[in-house]
Amino acid sequence: MAGKKKSRSEEQASGLQTKVSRRMLQSIQEQARSVEQHILQGKKPSLRFPVRSLANVRYRPEVGYFELRGRKKERTLTVGTVKTFAQTLRMMALSKELVQGDDIATKREAYYVSKNWGPARFNEQPESDTVIDDIEALFQVNREQLGFIPEEKGGEVAGRLVVLDRDRDSGKLLRIDCTRFGSGAYSIPISVEHLGFETDAKFILAIETAGMFQRLVKHNYWKKADCILVSMGGVPTRACRRFIRRLSDEKKLPVYVFVDCDPYGIGNIYRTLKVGSGNAAHINEYFCVPRARYLGITPDDITHYQLPTHPLKDVDIKRAKDALKNDPFILRYKEWQEAFEKLMKMGVRAEQQALAKWGLNYVIDTYLPEKLAHPEKFLP
Amino acid sequence: MEKKATAKHKPAGRKKNRQLGLFEPAAPQKQPVEVEPAQEKSSAAPPQRRSSPSMAERLAREQREISVSEFFSKNRHLLGFDNPQKALLTAVKEAVDNSLDACEEAGILPEIKVSIQPVSETRFKVVICDNGPGIIHGQVGKIFGKLLYGSKFHRLKQSRGQQGIGISAAVMYSQLTTGKPVIITSRTRADRPAHRLGVKIDTRRNAPEIVLDEQTSWPEASETGTLVELELEGVYRGGKRSVDQYIQQTAIANPHATIHYHDPMGQEHHYNRLTDKLPPQPTQIKPHPHGVELGMLASMLKETRARNLKTALSRDFSRVSERIALAICQQAGVSPEARPHKLALSEIEALHRAMGQVKIISPPTSCVVPIGEELLRRSLEQGVQADFFTSITRPPAVYRGNPFQIEAALAWGGNLPAEELCTLLRFANRVPLQYQQSDCAITRAVMEVDWRNYRVQQARGALPSGPLVVLVHIASVWVPFTSESKEAVARYPEIVREIKLALQQLGRRLGLYLSARRRDAEQQRKASYIETYIPHIGIALQEILGLKDEEKTRLENTLKDTLQRSRRLV
Repeated sequence: MAGKKKSRSEEQASGLQTKVSRRMLQSIQEQARSVEQHILQGKKPSLRFPVRSLANVRYRPEVGYFELRGRKKERTLTVGTVKTFAQTLRMMALSKELVQGDDIATKREAYYVSKNWGPARFNEQPESDTVIDDIEALFQVNREQLGFIPEEKGGEVAGRLVVLDRDRDSGKLLRIDCTRFGSGAYSIPISVEHLGFETDAKFILAIETAGMFQRLVKHNYWKKADCILVSMGGVPTRACRRFIRRLSDEKKLPVYVFVDCDPYGIGNIYRTLKVGSGNAAHINEYFCVPRARYLGITPDDITHYQLPTHPLKDVDIKRAKDALKNDPFILRYKEWQEAFEKLMKMGVRAEQQALAKWGLNYVIDTYLPEKLAHPEKFLP
Repeated sequence: MEKKATAKHKPAGRKKNRQLGLFEPAAPQKQPVEVEPAQEKSSAAPPQRRSSPSMAERLAREQREISVSEFFSKNRHLLGFDNPQKALLTAVKEAVDNSLDACEEAGILPEIKVSIQPVSETRFKVVICDNGPGIIHGQVGKIFGKLLYGSKFHRLKQSRGQQGIGISAAVMYSQLTTGKPVIITSRTRADRPAHRLGVKIDTRRNAPEIVLDEQTSWPEASETGTLVELELEGVYRGGKRSVDQYIQQTAIANPHATIHYHDPMGQEHHYNRLTDKLPPQPTQIKPHPHGVELGMLASMLKETRARNLKTALSRDFSRVSERIALAICQQAGVSPEARPHKLALSEIEALHRAMGQVKIISPPTSCVVPIGEELLRRSLEQGVQADFFTSITRPPAVYRGNPFQIEAALAWGGNLPAEELCTLLRFANRVPLQYQQSDCAITRAVMEVDWRNYRVQQARGALPSGPLVVLVHIASVWVPFTSESKEAVARYPEIVREIKLALQQLGRRLGLYLSARRRDAEQQRKASYIETYIPHIGIALQEILGLKDEEKTRLENTLKDTLQRSRRLV
């Protein structure tokens, strides 16, 4: 799990990096060689990708994350696929160049590089992102290993944590104290493999919205509750998932998740943090937090705390129905099915900030303490 | 023309009764002949081919002395003069149809000039000139100045004369609206001068009134010919159902004719003939028992010269041998020896029923003359700008004892409007049908064909749409029209079926053409796809594997081959 410039500063990681890069280069060349040989034999070459969808993952609690079920799609070079095939190969060539030159490109940059490919260029970034994701899945690696990095921000951290990083130029160890950001926070970098941690916190609280995170930071909630606060800002990025995973693994910390009570908060944000996604199933093993538990807001909280609600939107209902039908994680837990059904029956959703109905600091003074008193009641 | 006209000059006595024939298909009146003596007589009886006499017929029966002009103005809608726009069209039509018929009967390749000059907003001078045989001096008055002169009542022969009542109706209309005479200039022999006559109709007596009679020089290059000038109230409009379209469509259906048209805007249009071969003259046939109607049977029996029923049947009908005649008599329970004119109505009815029951072979179909498959296609090609043309001439068929033959043609693509319903061109005996499209068997048949089978769009129960022209021609000794105005073909199942068969055959060809074209476009697209993207596969592999340029080129070429080969297999 390397592939970032920053990691070079760590000697140990540096050796690892070279090894990984060499292996990566070899894979790309082998794949290209196979295509070349097929062509020269007058055969139509093909590439085999794992199917990237929820339908091709399996969930087992003892493993803890979505595993690929091994179904593959084959993209054979025909007249109809020649364009995508050419684009995939050119993207592989770009990746080879990046890995070889120890360089990186953001997905956006990769998209712009393609503008130099004449008719094989991409018209929109989602097209090039899909091809990158395909290649990533083809080699069963993390896109950072291919030299591609995302634009997305990793998330923010505050609380009882010291992050160990190294200065890029001097290679000196940096101790980043997450209690000392005042009303600000520490930003999770895109690659987190090289980070070290020191903490005496009792748990990690992962929060959906920046607004709620801000409130808890402002009132130094982490001090009061002895915890580390992480703002996910919607569906957690890979870096954010990996950060929480490494931190919680290394320090044996429980992870509690605090999100809105709606099908998106549960089915997308929480589910992805805990078990990964269908789209990137080939790397879920590292990019998920199986020990995460759902603190709230639960459907029961809505009635218990008499929270103000909004009606479920059509997309919410569709998402809930879809989850109940297709999501292997939801299908594994009766509790979640009941929660979804209850939500649909009530026909409403509630946001984290709805707690403000009882006073702005109700969440700090009453809600969280009450919930944290009974972690065994958290949803799986 | 001249010869015939002189040889078969009619006694004037028959004219009174002619009024009864008012609603017979207008005979080409410049050829007032061709009638056998037997039929000549029978023509005196009311023709009863129509199942029920029209209002006008009954009127005519009651009022023998009815004023022709009054009759005309009351019934102008039946004669094609119901509105000023149609009046102009009908006048041109009558004259052109007559000219074509005259030329064909005289064995002359028709060359016709049509000119319409606006005199005022609502008044036009119509000049039609042909290179036909001409009209002898003595006949001019009768042909142009006497309504209902010349006819062909029991004659079963394919001819134009489907529209209205003839040129004299146009003269009548002209006279009613402008008060002016029609001017006819004609030369019948190259070595003689032409005569120029001004003719009006004495409406009280229904007789010609010659207001001008002079010798003149023939202004045209042809040896013989007729030039008709008349002035009438009318309205000129372009587009659908216009004179322009009539001329254009007439040219399509008459590829042996050359037509020059000078439209009211002063524009010249020239339609040159595609063939120097005149269509063979259709032969005349006797009525077939399966097609005869009760009234007609009654009148035929009354008029026959045969002394007994058996002979009358076998002599006056098509495909009736003595044996068949006996079978009919037996079936009807009427003595074969009975005197034909003395039969009671009930006996005639029994005979009529029997005729439908006895098996009789179909009438000879050689009497129907189609335009011809190839000529029709070429003619449409000349008239329409399109990419694909196909045509078909079906074998002759028979409905109710009447032989008929269907021809059809399609044009697709090119400059035709792609977003509209197809253009439907209907013809009966080479005459364009421009009105009452929705009532016509031809339209029905076109709608009943499932054009989507042939990759042509079609809404349910509608004409197909797309850049398409559908042409259907029915040739028959007797085209069954839905009404007196003779603009729509009646929906006899046999006729609809034949039209559909013709269109389906053409549709299949069109479908093949369209799918081939689509395939070509697809291949083109794929080929360009291959050309466009394979180099990028080459570049990518070169970059990854560090290939030499020759290796890269070889790779690209092999791949191109592979894909192109598989493309052909698909």
